[in-house]
Amino acid sequence: MSRGATVRFLAYLCSSAFICGLLSFVAAETPTGESILNKVDENNYADTRVAVSQMVIHLARNTRTVRAKSWVKGSDKSFTEFLYPPRDKGTKMLKLGDELWTYTPSTDRTIKISGSMLRQSVMGSDLSYEDMMEDRKLVDEYDAKVAESDTLLGRECWVLELTAKTPDVSYHSRKIWVDKERYVPLRENRYAKSGKLLKTTEVKSVSLRQGRWVADHVSFKDALKTGAGTEFVLDSIRLNVPIPDYVFSKAALKK
Amino acid sequence: MLAFLAKGLFRDRSRSLFPLLTVAVGVSLVVLLDAYQRGAMDGMFRAMSSFVTGHLRVTTRAYAKAGADASNDLALFGVDSMLAELKQDFPEVTWTPRTRFGGLVDVPDSTGNTRVQAPAAGLAVDLSEASPERRILRLDKSLASGRLPSAPGEVLLSDDFARRLGVKLGDKVTLVSSTMNGSIAIWNFILSGTVRFGISAMDRAAMLCDIGDIQQALDMPDAADELLGFLPREQYDDKAATRLAAKYNTERATKDEYAPIMQTMRSASGLGSMFELLDSAAALILTIFVVAMAVVLWNAGLMGSLRRYGEIGVRLAIGESKGAVYRSLLAEAFLVGLVGSAIGTAIGLGFSFYLQEVGFNIAGMMRNATMVIDDVIRARIAPTSFIVGFLPGLLATFLGAAISGLGVYKRQTAMLAKELGS
Repeated sequence: MSRGATVRFLAYLCSSAFICGLLSFVAAETPTGESILNKVDENNYADTRVAVSQMVIHLARNTRTVRAKSWVKGSDKSFTEFLYPPRDKGTKMLKLGDELWTYTPSTDRTIKISGSMLRQSVMGSDLSYEDMMEDRKLVDEYDAKVAESDTLLGRECWVLELTAKTPDVSYHSRKIWVDKERYVPLRENRYAKSGKLLKTTEVKSVSLRQGRWVADHVSFKDALKTGAGTEFVLDSIRLNVPIPDYVFSKAALKK
Repeated sequence: MLAFLAKGLFRDRSRSLFPLLTVAVGVSLVVLLDAYQRGAMDGMFRAMSSFVTGHLRVTTRAYAKAGADASNDLALFGVDSMLAELKQDFPEVTWTPRTRFGGLVDVPDSTGNTRVQAPAAGLAVDLSEASPERRILRLDKSLASGRLPSAPGEVLLSDDFARRLGVKLGDKVTLVSSTMNGSIAIWNFILSGTVRFGISAMDRAAMLCDIGDIQQALDMPDAADELLGFLPREQYDDKAATRLAAKYNTERATKDEYAPIMQTMRSASGLGSMFELLDSAAALILTIFVVAMAVVLWNAGLMGSLRRYGEIGVRLAIGESKGAVYRSLLAEAFLVGLVGSAIGTAIGLGFSFYLQEVGFNIAGMMRNATMVIDDVIRARIAPTSFIVGFLPGLLATFLGAAISGLGVYKRQTAMLAKELGS
């Protein structure tokens, strides 16, 4: 072997080793979709939550603001009371598992929301009752695949492609941008089985609350609806506080 | 000669019976078809205008554009002032506001929990004592039980729907719907009566309430989906409607999608092509009838001529001119047409009158129909019914005889003796 050929052979060996090393490094740094979803769920999940929030709903002809307080226990129980505007004040909603009831003081009636009504908008917003009821862990409902990396709000994100494990979910597939460090989804596109885009969410700001990163300003847009979307603003949140069981009862709706 | 021919008409039945029957049957069918078509279309247009479009309809441009998908968020605002303006600008038209809504009717049990729920198609109209809606929707006639709402919060349900829900007069029913902003709307009503409109699409699951109540329930203060206009005597006149709509729209030319626009029944119903078809249908039917009858009677004339070959030959042989024979054939045809058309018109009018009074019930076919059309289709006899079959019957007979009778001129006098001999 000539001297030149020896040099070329050594250079080839070195470059191959470098590329192999680089590839194994990248593989080691890219977590699986499932592990990312687990961390997203872990950040989201709390035993209990009590939050006050408002929705600024940009309708085609006007803008309205709805304020509500909600109590959430695990992923099965939630209770919401609307505080504003005056017309909706006192309207309450109770979710127990897959069932949802609403109570309006003006009629003194408790109505079960079921079937196609679950796809109806909540207070005219871009969120449906199904969206509101969605508290199950993502990892239980979707298979996730890491598609790429991206940057949003100056944060490095994993872009995950989610496909439903079972047909009984509201959205057949999703694409979510998850903050690589905080594990907060910063953007999300939700699709029907046909591939049609149904909803988008875009986080505007994130804050640290009781040691968790929480999206406190989110913009929702129903792709099938006119208007400029709904802004969800979290005014306050308390995590893992005791909530009495009677809050999650139908009797509490009329109180 | 006419007296002679008239005697022949009744005495020589072998010569005139077949053409007479042909004309009578054809004419009676045309009279019946004309009256039935007029009655059916009247019923359809009446139902369509009363329940859906009015003769004129003012909505936002966005609502008009959305068609069947239009929703309450595209409603008109400031309807009180708009109504006042319309009444001033178009005093000959009766104006009334309406709002359509969908949702669930929820019936509570004794504990206030849901006993039964069913989807309803709602219509909110002005139900006040002085409202024209009572006349337009024939509410008094349609009332199956109870009474019309007289106080806020009272509602009418279609009779079948109320039975299906198991609700009685005075029971509380709750409407679960959407406000015009899209939030959930829950509103209690008291059932004051039930109605049966005789229109399957309305009788299946209709809820009828006062527009004031629905403005509160659906958070639509001073708003309504549409303002419907009805022309004098509630007769739709497309030319007048088009003129009024053009005047209104010209004065309000704008690109704002929430600005009001006026549509005629023809344009609002999406049945423009049907209107055009109906405009020409009568002429089309008559043309087809005249052509078909002329062909049939030509054929009948030919057969008659063949049968009367000898008679015509003898008449020519004894010196009657071809023109005289031809003219007598025409006169005979005229008499056949006259009598046949008169008999046919009388028979057609008889059947039409029966259908006008009794009607033809198509409810069985309309069970799942969404089209707003009366379940009982009735014929309507109009002045044109008396001539719509008569004139073509006369004309077709005459034409048939005129064409077949031309054969007289082809007969050669020199051959007559030979023909008669054989």
